[in-house]
Amino acid sequence: MAYAVRTLDGIKPGEQMPELSIEVSPTTVVLGALASRDWRPMHHDKDFAVDRNGTRHVFINTPHNAAYFERFITDWTGPYGRLARIKFRMKDSVFPGDTMVFHGRVEKVEKDATGCGFVDLSVWLTVGDKTTTECSARIAVPTAAGDNPWARRGDAWNP
Amino acid sequence: MSEIPADVQAWIGQKRYELWGDFDVERGYVFTSCSSVMNGNPLFWDEKAAQEITGGFVAPPTMISVWFRPHNWSPGRDEGAVPLQCHFDLKARLNVPEAVMTDNAITFYEPVRIGDRLKTHQVITSISPLKETKLGIGHFWGLEVHYENQRGERVAIETYTGYGYRRKK
Repeated sequence: MAYAVRTLDGIKPGEQMPELSIEVSPTTVVLGALASRDWRPMHHDKDFAVDRNGTRHVFINTPHNAAYFERFITDWTGPYGRLARIKFRMKDSVFPGDTMVFHGRVEKVEKDATGCGFVDLSVWLTVGDKTTTECSARIAVPTAAGDNPWARRGDAWNP
Repeated sequence: MSEIPADVQAWIGQKRYELWGDFDVERGYVFTSCSSVMNGNPLFWDEKAAQEITGGFVAPPTMISVWFRPHNWSPGRDEGAVPLQCHFDLKARLNVPEAVMTDNAITFYEPVRIGDRLKTHQVITSISPLKETKLGIGHFWGLEVHYENQRGERVAIETYTGYGYRRKK
């Protein structure tokens, strides 16, 4: 399987990540709920979501949202990218019929005291002209060809 | 609905619900998760790449909570089990029938490997006074979930902000 390998020396602050667009259907929502073992009805039962939660449809759950952000980020870094931290705020829910668009920008590039290369990212999810989720992430990437952040253990890994 | 009872205040900072996952970390669920978001990262699909890069198959880091979500049914259990029990305890004791999660942060330490058996505990870190939002009136609360593997190595710490509320009439 061929894959991209991004290294720290080729990444600059301000770089924009390629957008990712996903059409959301009820199946999208249910697939994510089942994959994350989330059986709560607001993620598969429209009547419950509308009548009990006051939302307009079933909506994407938190772990599914996180899985999409991980995919978006590691699509960009390639498999040597090792997530250190991810934080997101869901400002609004995502429903069937929505088109989710993931966006990202490099905020900072640095080596820590142990020489591990990290990239800080701002990532955000929009539906139409509304930002539904804001995310920040820190991911380790190889400093140059031959380096591998996944090889770091114990004190050499400071996420 | 009132302010926060003393016994609920006392939950803040306590280590609660220490438990082992019901099953080992396994590839079937990794495939299901990757498939649900069309994640083609070779670490999860390509044995040669996984061996070279991570020394064998690992699980997607953001799947961390999946390994502790209870089965919807299991023998001998009368009530439906819920993940993140502290969240549901707060809903019940603060008399707020609806709740949503607003913030989630995860810090990742040792990789989770196929075959690992993970252990967790939860900590309530804060409970706000009553606050009104567009959803209703209720409380915000902070939760931490700590995860480690069978070797006692920390694999992740997850934090959540929840908002439990009663809908406006």
